[in-house]
Amino acid sequence: MSTLLRLGGCCKVYRVGAFGGRRLTAVDDVTFDVDAGEVVSLIGESGSGKSTIGRMILRLSPVTRGAVQFRGDDVARYGRRELHEYYRHVQGVFQDPFSSYNPVYKADRVFKLIRDAYFPQLPDGEWRDQVAAALSAVTLDPTQVLHKYPHQLSGGQLQRLLIARALLLDIELLVADEIISMLDASTRIDVLNLLGDLKARGLGILFITHDLSLGNYISDRTVILRRGLVVEMGPTGKVFGNPQHPYTQMLLASVPHLHRRWEEVEGDYERVSAAVPPDRPGSVLVEREPAHFVREAA
Amino acid sequence: MGLRVDDLRVYYRTLRGDVRAVDGVTFGIGDGEIMGLAGESGCGKSSLGNSLVYLTGRMRYVDGSVELDDRALPIWDFEAMNDYRFKKVSVIPQYAMSALNPTRKIGKMTAELLRSRGVQYRTVAEELSRRLELVGLDDEVLSMYPIELSGGMKQRVVMVVSTLLNPSLLIADEITSALDVSTQKAVAGMLVEFRRRGFVKSMIVITHDISILAQVADTILVMYAGHLAEKAPAATIIDAPRHPYTKLLISSLPEVGIRYAEKRLHGIPGIPPALLEPPEGCRFRDRCPFATDRCRRRPPFAEVADGHHVACWQAA
Repeated sequence: MSTLLRLGGCCKVYRVGAFGGRRLTAVDDVTFDVDAGEVVSLIGESGSGKSTIGRMILRLSPVTRGAVQFRGDDVARYGRRELHEYYRHVQGVFQDPFSSYNPVYKADRVFKLIRDAYFPQLPDGEWRDQVAAALSAVTLDPTQVLHKYPHQLSGGQLQRLLIARALLLDIELLVADEIISMLDASTRIDVLNLLGDLKARGLGILFITHDLSLGNYISDRTVILRRGLVVEMGPTGKVFGNPQHPYTQMLLASVPHLHRRWEEVEGDYERVSAAVPPDRPGSVLVEREPAHFVREAA
Repeated sequence: MGLRVDDLRVYYRTLRGDVRAVDGVTFGIGDGEIMGLAGESGCGKSSLGNSLVYLTGRMRYVDGSVELDDRALPIWDFEAMNDYRFKKVSVIPQYAMSALNPTRKIGKMTAELLRSRGVQYRTVAEELSRRLELVGLDDEVLSMYPIELSGGMKQRVVMVVSTLLNPSLLIADEITSALDVSTQKAVAGMLVEFRRRGFVKSMIVITHDISILAQVADTILVMYAGHLAEKAPAATIIDAPRHPYTKLLISSLPEVGIRYAEKRLHGIPGIPPALLEPPEGCRFRDRCPFATDRCRRRPPFAEVADGHHVACWQAA
């Protein structure tokens, strides 16, 4: 497998407070890769910097220190034309499908925008075939979704339209930022399965979520973030099956299960939540098992 | 008997006609019962919860009756409900974070609220600080503005203030949805603790997240498109549901431990019907893999086993 995307020591520092006097480190020295044909889930609570990482990858927000590399090139150095090409290969889909669309226009206008920007010369017939192919890849019926306004479609349909829009391009990496958090339980699993199908087609997917069960279901590798720091990362089976860092253990103990009540794991929860260490400067990621990294005090 | 709702119908007025969000709903909640109310967005679960406390301008009471502790609740009469609101029925609204008046300090706001119900702040002040301590908050929050508190803290303040007069029924509307997993667990645990200490007698916990209900609820009521689908003890809903919608819904939930590579889950094809002129009969018919001609008539919400009600011809 080839490395598509590499984050090398990425930091994001915001200036906050009056006159930007205070500094807030939202993302602190984050390093990981996303390979082709792989789903990596980025899991963290609110304020952990997970969306900021997604925004830095999509160059919606500049990197303060470190670099985002796509196929070995530093994304920050891209000029206008290179950036245009970059977006041909890397696209993002965000949390709220209802605010991603302009309610004044029909929903399929997102396809037209892609055509104007990337395929202005393509004949109408070929373009229609491509749109039909992209829609069938996301299991949407063109007669049901084309020529409709956003309010006439369900959240799941809108979210799949946005993914279809990305598929019209030569997409290699998809940044999916909480894309199913706002969908209903009966439809969210279909969108999640769709990510699995795309993975089989060779796409790399960065799946950003706060929901551990969704991350566990779909991803090959998992990165757990806490206040901008990676506390644990590795193959999903190992991170969920044998969590090493107390913070990961605490998160897993607080997930509501269907068949096991919290009381039954209460002892575990008390023990692990007491053991979550405060943020200490100078802690480092240590490889405990092959490819399984855990943050330890220096 | 705690709450008794009989054939309640509450519609939304729109220019194009009535949206039948709560359409003929009959159920009961026992004393000390925590009932979870689950369903997809737009199924009417929040409308049902709100209609027991506060009918907003666009909501229209159509038919049915509500009894709380053997006394009829005049839910159609906004003024008359003032005698019950906050004292007998109380609500933790969906956006508790914005439920607080930003221009008042928490303590002053609470005092104003109490005065509107004819209760002296002094008489409950001690109890208030005891309860704040219970949820892990300091007395100091009373002299703070809402903006000075974090989201989780505001949520807890609203929980304490809403239950201050020991209401008989508390409606908690999506109170854990905007919270992180660890805070979610703490807030859900507090609900159970509130009942144990007798701050509230019975509760309706509204959420789209069935796994939260599996943790806190005694019984679960599943709604679909303005109708009731199924009500049963929580374990029965999760392990042995009888309504096709509940079955498909439960089987589509990913749990920690289920992996895409090993076991593929499936969603429910289709979308719920529009509630403006909804179809006759069972509203799940179009998406239901077991639908027959019989489903053109509305199935009764019948008791199929002790405490287990299902609205489906097949299950009856």
